Amino acid sequence: MAGVAVSTTINGDSIEYLCQPDETLLDVLRDRLGLTGAKEGCGTGDCGACSIILDDRLVCSCLVLGAEAEGRRVETIEGMAHGDTLHPLQQKFLEHAALQCGICTPGFLIAAKDLLAKNPDPTEEEIRFGLAGNLCRCTGYDKIVRAVQDAANVMKGA
Amino acid sequence: MRYIRPLSMEDAVGQLAGSSGTAAILAGGSDLLVRMKGGFIEPDLIVDIKAIDGLGEIRETAEGYSIGAAVSCALMGESAALKREWPGVVEAAKLIGSKQVQGRCTIVGNLCNASPAADSVPALVAAGARALIAGPGGKRTVAVEAVPTGPGKTSLAKGEIIEAILLDRRAPRSGDAYLRFIPRTEMDIAVVSAGVNLTLDEAGVVKAARVALGAVAATVLLVEEAAEALIGRKLDEAALERLAKVCSGACRPIDDKRGTVEFRRKVAGVLARRAATTAYARAGGK
Amino acid sequence: MNFDPRYSGRNFTSVGTRPIRPDGVDKVTGRARYGADFNMAGQLVGRVLRSPHAHATIRKIDTSKAEKLPGVKAVITAADLPDLTDGDAAMYDILDNCMARKKALYDGHAVAAVAAVDARTARQALKLIEVDYEVLPHVTDVDEAMKHSAPVLNDTIFTEGVEEKPARPSNVTTRTQYGHGDIHKGFGQADYVVERSFKTEQTHQGYIEPHACVANVSSDGTADLWVCTQGHFVYRQHCAQLLGMEASKLRVTSSEIGGGFGGKTHVWAEPVALALSRKAGRPVKLVMTRDEVFRASGPTSATSIDVRIGASKDGTITAAEATLRYSCGPYAGMWAEIGAMTAFACYRLENVKTVGYEVLVNRPKTAAYRAPSAPMAAFAVESTVDELAKEIGIDPVEFRIRNAAQEGTRSSYGPVYGPIGIGPTLEAAKNHPHMKAPLGKNQGRGMACGFWFNFGGQTCTDLNIGMDGSVSLAVGTVDVGGSRASLSLVAAEELGIAYEQVKAVVADTSSLGYNDMTDGSRGTFSSSMATISAARNAIKILRERAAQTWDIPVEDVVWEKGHAIAKGEKYGNLAALSLREIAAASGKTGGPIAGHSELVADGAGVSFATHICDIEVDPETGATRVLRYTVVQDAGKAVHPTYVEGQYQGGAAQGIGWALNEEYIYGKDGRLQNPGFLDYRIPVCSDLPMIDTQILEIPNPNHPYGVRGVGETSIVPPLAAIANAVSNAAGVRMTHIPMSPPRILAAIEAERGG
Repeated sequence: MAGVAVSTTINGDSIEYLCQPDETLLDVLRDRLGLTGAKEGCGTGDCGACSIILDDRLVCSCLVLGAEAEGRRVETIEGMAHGDTLHPLQQKFLEHAALQCGICTPGFLIAAKDLLAKNPDPTEEEIRFGLAGNLCRCTGYDKIVRAVQDAANVMKGA
Repeated sequence: MRYIRPLSMEDAVGQLAGSSGTAAILAGGSDLLVRMKGGFIEPDLIVDIKAIDGLGEIRETAEGYSIGAAVSCALMGESAALKREWPGVVEAAKLIGSKQVQGRCTIVGNLCNASPAADSVPALVAAGARALIAGPGGKRTVAVEAVPTGPGKTSLAKGEIIEAILLDRRAPRSGDAYLRFIPRTEMDIAVVSAGVNLTLDEAGVVKAARVALGAVAATVLLVEEAAEALIGRKLDEAALERLAKVCSGACRPIDDKRGTVEFRRKVAGVLARRAATTAYARAGGK
Repeated sequence: MNFDPRYSGRNFTSVGTRPIRPDGVDKVTGRARYGADFNMAGQLVGRVLRSPHAHATIRKIDTSKAEKLPGVKAVITAADLPDLTDGDAAMYDILDNCMARKKALYDGHAVAAVAAVDARTARQALKLIEVDYEVLPHVTDVDEAMKHSAPVLNDTIFTEGVEEKPARPSNVTTRTQYGHGDIHKGFGQADYVVERSFKTEQTHQGYIEPHACVANVSSDGTADLWVCTQGHFVYRQHCAQLLGMEASKLRVTSSEIGGGFGGKTHVWAEPVALALSRKAGRPVKLVMTRDEVFRASGPTSATSIDVRIGASKDGTITAAEATLRYSCGPYAGMWAEIGAMTAFACYRLENVKTVGYEVLVNRPKTAAYRAPSAPMAAFAVESTVDELAKEIGIDPVEFRIRNAAQEGTRSSYGPVYGPIGIGPTLEAAKNHPHMKAPLGKNQGRGMACGFWFNFGGQTCTDLNIGMDGSVSLAVGTVDVGGSRASLSLVAAEELGIAYEQVKAVVADTSSLGYNDMTDGSRGTFSSSMATISAARNAIKILRERAAQTWDIPVEDVVWEKGHAIAKGEKYGNLAALSLREIAAASGKTGGPIAGHSELVADGAGVSFATHICDIEVDPETGATRVLRYTVVQDAGKAVHPTYVEGQYQGGAAQGIGWALNEEYIYGKDGRLQNPGFLDYRIPVCSDLPMIDTQILEIPNPNHPYGVRGVGETSIVPPLAAIANAVSNAAGVRMTHIPMSPPRILAAIEAERGG
């Protein structure tokens, strides 16, 4: 199998890598680039733990080939904070204890960021349906929804 | 295994037609990558069609709409015109998977995956949608219901690619709707589903109707008897009762991990009835 | 110093506040390292070959082709994990489950494994391993497995716990019995008797992080294991025993853990990874796929339960009886026994009898799942209690209050209760606004109670005071949901310093003495006890150092609010010394200051909860919607109330999923049909409402701060509460969990059809 050479942009940085044609972008991020913030919970697009933003679209990186990232923009959890300043969603997740084990947290944060980018003032129902592609087994979602609501308020005021 | 990203349909068709071994078309990848992960398919050639000019666009034509094979369902949901004219088709497309999957999946992929439970297919069948197919022999157009021939099987020949889905411009007083039953509120595959498309006359009498059911047979069913139950009537209680009964009767479901024969039969009628009520209201019926 | 664990009422400064957890920033930035986030130089990829058959004799395994594939560095079978268990039956079962020896006992049972240079090569190698199976008849249903005609999984099993040894082997490994009084007399006194039968399907903990580890065995006999686990010390013991290693030479580091809920209390693939590494002479990373997690880790039992309860006209229960059959997978367990112990634990009963049967089936080995065995028993009992209340014509809450256990009650499983929370949670539920909220059409309300024992166990903690006065706390209980925050609060409380001055870490097995795993809701209970003990030991040294500095007797030095204070008028001129000051001088006063604690945390107070929920049922489709949900539970003392709420909400959500949709579905071929999150349907965000919580604090007399475990009880009542709500909404009693739409619709149709 011949490797595929890929030039892409990840969290604003130009990145080049070689990957196998059947290798997912999630595997490239985790195993080749050391960006282990995106998690593999299922590998089939059912849990959202590997969520990233690809050219302004929220996607599961387990359902994208590494080769497909050529010439595109990838945003991962590692690019969410600005230096040592957390994104309001990250801060509110901490304040509301919106995580217990934390394995789903990077995916939720990316999905919530995408949600608020498209809908800055969501209702509870819109948040719940907007985040339905991200499974959390610890929290019952209550504190996650509250953290997103609180972050939305902060971001509107900003 | 090779991955290629052709820039023209001619190239894509040529590569597919000339390939030996297993070739797979990659648009959204939400079915293909899952099958690869599970070891159900190991393609020798992956043809990524997203770089082909125009395939990522929704175009308004004189006849209606042309939805390119690489248009994500999320993009369909952002088309105000499409939503206005074909709300049932768009809501069906928007029910596939999660937000994450929405960002990638396509209705052409949904059609070609040939699952009897595909969400967008009953809505497309009800809408009378057609598939524009490019192949080694040139282009042809078929009704979408002619594409899947059984679970996982299509009528596409080697080298053929569906380029776009074509939807007609709407006649006045028309409406469509799609409903599916899933145990959760999101993320599930349809246990049973119904798409209904109606056109009314000025008095609110159903002039034309198409009713399609999903996940109740090996392929999506276009139930003509169900349409007949509605045509010439004002969607009164008796018409709805008849619709539900006919739909339940038309089902040829199986027992599986998602539902039972009895459940699917009963709920197919319930959903057809509810979808018809919504489609009727959207068409301006009262 | 002797540690006195008894509760003493006090005003708290840190405990009960809600600070941000110490591991939080790493977890919101993607930097926290979970099981699969760790790599070693030169590591290989491990993968496991699994049986596609539910029950089959393994006649031969030919690995020669796989071994010849370039890039394959090791192939192992059961032969590479010889039996070193020396008659320890439980360990033998663990060994056999990690790698099938003579028979494959379920779809997914490991039969061989490979280590290769990359995942693709490893996958190819698995395909080259030839296993010659003789397929045997199988049984997956718990009731079917008990029948005489059922295929017997293990012909050395003769039911234990019966008076006479049975003449033939069977799938029933054990019969257990609990209770007291005379139920025949009790039923004789009853004016009303309700008898019902129930079934619950098998569910999985559904943690989002698959099992993952990196094993590195050195040729000198030492080894390292990085692993996501609820108990790295237990993993060390088990792996060392199975591989014939000395425990101290195997260092196990627990990664951040992406959920466990009981499922990561048990080794599944870790001994395999170690065996591969040993054979290959290189580090091996082994990560389960989601499919493997469902097929080959440890789900909970499927059950079949009969309940009979009698009561007099005035609403007093006169007798209660239950027969509980729990599936164990292919190896003996004590799941029905736990069910039999918990079934009637909420009630004050004169005559009670429960009988449990452990049943072998061709399914994965059952493991603990949050208050293991209790939710199913509670479902059966609390459903019957509701029916009985209806028969008598008493409000179900009143009926429960009238019969609730209290301090001094002899529990249905034996011990006499101390101060407990069942009565208070019921009273709180009764007075909760939720109880009085109006309901609409097709909506029903249900409530139910739940009990869990809680556990304490062996615990070891180190508390080290740095020269800058900051405190590092090393604990051996894995943090599954914020316990580093709560333990830091406890250390801060006891030392009288700020929370921010404390940093808690989970130490590896070479850095700390043995700890039992984080199970039985013991993490915060036991480690806080050990932390208090360690802090008190450190305070003793701090006082000694102050006394030395002042040159006064240590008896005259007390510790208050983070300071050593010389007590008595004669010391009026001595300014208090802060922890920081004493720490700064420690190099000159005798060296580092630390407190240690090794103890068995006895006296985990039992825990009770009452849940209320409202459900809407679509009578045409059987679809359900959870409209409102309220949890009332006793925490003893909530150390970090936000994380206590989180435990209540998370348990309720798991219970909701179990009640409504989650189930293992086996085909006629004995293969699991839904090993993925697509068709094993755990609740998604849009399935649930906000989950209200009410924390009651009835101090545990056996903990200095009154703490009780809180993690598990919250999953006990939901099955029953939802069943009662659905039954009220649909107008028909639901007796089979999960109450999936097809089951609800079928029940409604059957009721309509008469």
